[in-house]
Amino acid sequence: MSMGHVADRTSQQSIEAPSLTTARPGTIGRRLADLPWWLFAIIALILWVATIILTQPNYLEAFARISGTYRGLLGMLRAGIVVTIGTSLAAYLIAIVLGLLTGLGRMSRNVFVRNVARTYIELVRGIPMLVLIFFIALVGVPAAVDFINSIGEWFASIGLTALADLFGGMENQAVPMIVRAIIALAVTYGAFLAEIFRAGIQSIGRGQMEAARSLGMTYAAAMRYIILPQAIRNILPALGNDFVSMVKDSSLVSLLAVRDMTQMAKVYSGSTFRFREAYVTLSILYLTMTVSLSLGVQAIERRLRKHE
Amino acid sequence: MSSQPIIVVKHLHKHFGKVEALNGVDLEVERGRVIVIIGPSGGGKSTLLRCINHLEAPTGGEIWIEGERLTHNQQRLNAIRAEIGMVFQLFNLFPHLTVLENVTLAQRVVRKRARDEAEKIAMQKLERVGIPEKANSYPGQLSGGQQQRVAIARALAMDPKIMLFDEPTSALDPEMIKEVLDVMLDLAKEGMTMLVVSHEMGFARAAADEMIFLDGGKIVEQATPQELFANPKEERTKLFLSQILTH
Repeated sequence: MSMGHVADRTSQQSIEAPSLTTARPGTIGRRLADLPWWLFAIIALILWVATIILTQPNYLEAFARISGTYRGLLGMLRAGIVVTIGTSLAAYLIAIVLGLLTGLGRMSRNVFVRNVARTYIELVRGIPMLVLIFFIALVGVPAAVDFINSIGEWFASIGLTALADLFGGMENQAVPMIVRAIIALAVTYGAFLAEIFRAGIQSIGRGQMEAARSLGMTYAAAMRYIILPQAIRNILPALGNDFVSMVKDSSLVSLLAVRDMTQMAKVYSGSTFRFREAYVTLSILYLTMTVSLSLGVQAIERRLRKHE
Repeated sequence: MSSQPIIVVKHLHKHFGKVEALNGVDLEVERGRVIVIIGPSGGGKSTLLRCINHLEAPTGGEIWIEGERLTHNQQRLNAIRAEIGMVFQLFNLFPHLTVLENVTLAQRVVRKRARDEAEKIAMQKLERVGIPEKANSYPGQLSGGQQQRVAIARALAMDPKIMLFDEPTSALDPEMIKEVLDVMLDLAKEGMTMLVVSHEMGFARAAADEMIFLDGGKIVEQATPQELFANPKEERTKLFLSQILTH
């Protein structure tokens, strides 16, 4: 059941390779059938909408508002498109670390570690992502802030003022929503990536670990030099597909009023009632990002296969 | 000190669930001896080798290497494993590393040798097994026999005091068996302490000081190859030898 979940998630994201089976062999017909028509269709769609955006003032305005390019070079850091990419990247990097540690913990011989990892994974899986994002941002982070403050109070009560200052006096509002959003996405994806890492590590034959250990390497050294390099190579496409998912799921952070592309589209359409302009433009922006990322993942996959 | 056996195994037991793989094995190996272990599959041959470097933790009994008893102390186990080379049936080379990297990695990580020194030693060992020209190839580009010779070089680069061979030629095409056995024969002549699980009787005759027939998790018979082939004492040994020698 655990693997099924991962498989569903990844297969749903990956763009299917063109089918080779339906064409007649060795003819122009076959070559035509092998061409990636789906890609041409999507590129045509993107170009068509791009033309509309460039030629129609309403669309151009929607695009400028949503992507944030109207702010000029200096304002770009706060632009919707940058927030979307930045949030996804930051959350993904944290999720990778979290996922690797949890994946290793899931296979640990230590009962406690193993069960902590498993509990985390199952908790995240059992709660809808949207609910989890609200929960972490609006319940989890304030609770963590309270906890840190209570440590500060405890240090103050025993007279360690230096440590009390370090921990105490933290304001709940001091953690901006975008940071909460990144934490929430990272915690959610950490659990998904943990299962990918575990599957990747378990796909490496037992003989590799045994050979490394028989040479006197520690478990950690064997993981680092022998198992992980091979495992990561195997799961690179799955990791890439999950980054594509992350870019899409980052739109959920608009519900925390983080000014990503989706939020900007909501704000723009809310004040102008130009829903069609806003959401056509927004969809095309996401599609352009995810399709280019998917093509990148495919290119990596093809390169890896060549090296085998 | 040199008169003390390099390997001592006392009442060794190992069970996997309900299956008794080893059922009270006692064995002493003197330095420089070559022991060939034969027996039916499932008789416990591989398990015995794997217990000696603690790839499998025994469920009972004792193993002593150079006067030190194996325990669960990971640091000591790592140190002792570095002194025991192991060659596997399926080679288990590291496919993502070149041949040279395969042979230098543990030298650098475990023995803390500098790159230059490790590479020099690696090239010596590769020359010794006869394939220095493959140093920059990847394992996947080599034949089975070449891969197994790299695996031997990888183990030798650690300067082991004992070499364990777990059916080193069973996965090889017939024309490649000889190149691997030749390397092993040279090692035996040079005085390496070796435990070899193999049914290559020609090798056993030429290299073994002693043979062990292992069946049902126990040593059924232990003798020189001449004795064992000429007049096996146990019925089970006779039956087994007649089965493997008639073809």
